[in-house]
Amino acid sequence: MSNKNTQATEEQLQYAAILEKGMYAGLALMVITFALYVLRVLPPIVPRSEISTYWSMPVHDYLVAINTNFLHWETLPTGWSWMKLLGYGDFLNFLPVAILAGVTILCYMVITPGLFARGDKAMAFMAIAEAVILTLAASGLLSVGH
Amino acid sequence: MQGTIKEKAGMLFVSLMCAIMLSPAWALASEAVDMAQIPAAGDPGWWKWPVILLFVTFVMGIIAVLGGVGGGVLFVPIIGGFFPFHLDFVRGAGLLVALCGALAAGPGLLKANLASLRLAMPVALIASTMAIVGAMVGLALPTHIVQLSLGGTILGIVAIMLTAKKSTVPDVPHADALSSALRITGVFYEPTTKEEINWKIHRTIPGLLTFIIIGFMAGMFGLGAGWANVPVLNLMMGAPLKISVATSKFLLSITDTSAAWIYLNKGCLIPMIVVPSLIGIMLGSFVGVRLLKVAKPTFIRWMVIVILLFAGLKAVQKGLSTMGYNLF
Repeated sequence: MSNKNTQATEEQLQYAAILEKGMYAGLALMVITFALYVLRVLPPIVPRSEISTYWSMPVHDYLVAINTNFLHWETLPTGWSWMKLLGYGDFLNFLPVAILAGVTILCYMVITPGLFARGDKAMAFMAIAEAVILTLAASGLLSVGH
Repeated sequence: MQGTIKEKAGMLFVSLMCAIMLSPAWALASEAVDMAQIPAAGDPGWWKWPVILLFVTFVMGIIAVLGGVGGGVLFVPIIGGFFPFHLDFVRGAGLLVALCGALAAGPGLLKANLASLRLAMPVALIASTMAIVGAMVGLALPTHIVQLSLGGTILGIVAIMLTAKKSTVPDVPHADALSSALRITGVFYEPTTKEEINWKIHRTIPGLLTFIIIGFMAGMFGLGAGWANVPVLNLMMGAPLKISVATSKFLLSITDTSAAWIYLNKGCLIPMIVVPSLIGIMLGSFVGVRLLKVAKPTFIRWMVIVILLFAGLKAVQKGLSTMGYNLF
């Protein structure tokens, strides 16, 4: 069992280490931010007693409704606009989700130099392509709606 | 004797939970909420749904572990079918449920060299790209079309679960040119036989092409795609079952990440739905792992199939009823 053949590659272990840290950080933060929200430490944009009014709406109607009733912005709160609302209990919960969804991009970026250094060019280019695709998805540039 | 009592108690608990979830009364209750007028002002009973969600996802987490399926595949059809939440938010939460499960398992599987990064990378590149396309299409289509397609997909998953075979170590006479060029191969230690098993894959191009469809469906419906990943990696591409299961689980952390960003950027995230779901599924998974010792896997597997069949029919019924066709 201790045979080197059965051991994970260097880049695999590197990837696992970053993924693990990101996962723990994201989940811990999610518990904290949700506690701040439900324990009323931070006020929400949408009052908790009114949330059931909105969760049965299609997402576009929901965004229009909360913008009309609470935010009064010129544009709907899509993309990274939640960053402006981090002081509110409900939108603060977007932060741990972004960390959980973002850690994979970091993993790919970290293993790429090692792959190049070991002459593993095909995998290195694949890692770059994956990081670019995930970053594009994260950027908010790919926008659709009903 | 003690084992028998524990076994019976465990089975009784799981059966009871399942019966509650399958109860027509439960279904009718959710219909009532669907049809109810949206309150104009605050609803003092708003907290009931997150509490019920926590309870149901807890049970779901147990069943998912015992039935050998991911939480996402149970979450979307059941919560989408029987809760008052719109399918847009359910799919967003479903992706995060699948993503968190994959993130929690991924590091351990990679370190143990059961999940193969080299096998996952080309697959993930295709699946995650298509998951983005699937998420965009899913959010652009009318809800009843997505609901109908989801129902059809869930019924298809039931068919796959009923018919798909597994091969512990498939016979791969020769690795194909592409997998050889990418050096997608490995060695793992099988403790039951005390052997080191060298594995390689074949049919890499058809396998990768299949992930175009799998990725698309994962993104469109917010499902984890383990139900499809494993058969393709194991039966089509020839990876050993353990490697296929572990790589599939890790793969979801990449596929679902891409789609999750689309849902997040679109605003399909209501913490009061997402967080109780994640907590419920995770706690249920912990309990499920303990119950694994006493539960009968065959019974649980059949129970999962029945639940999915019921949830799939419910999704089809909801989709058709929106179009004016009432089947049931």
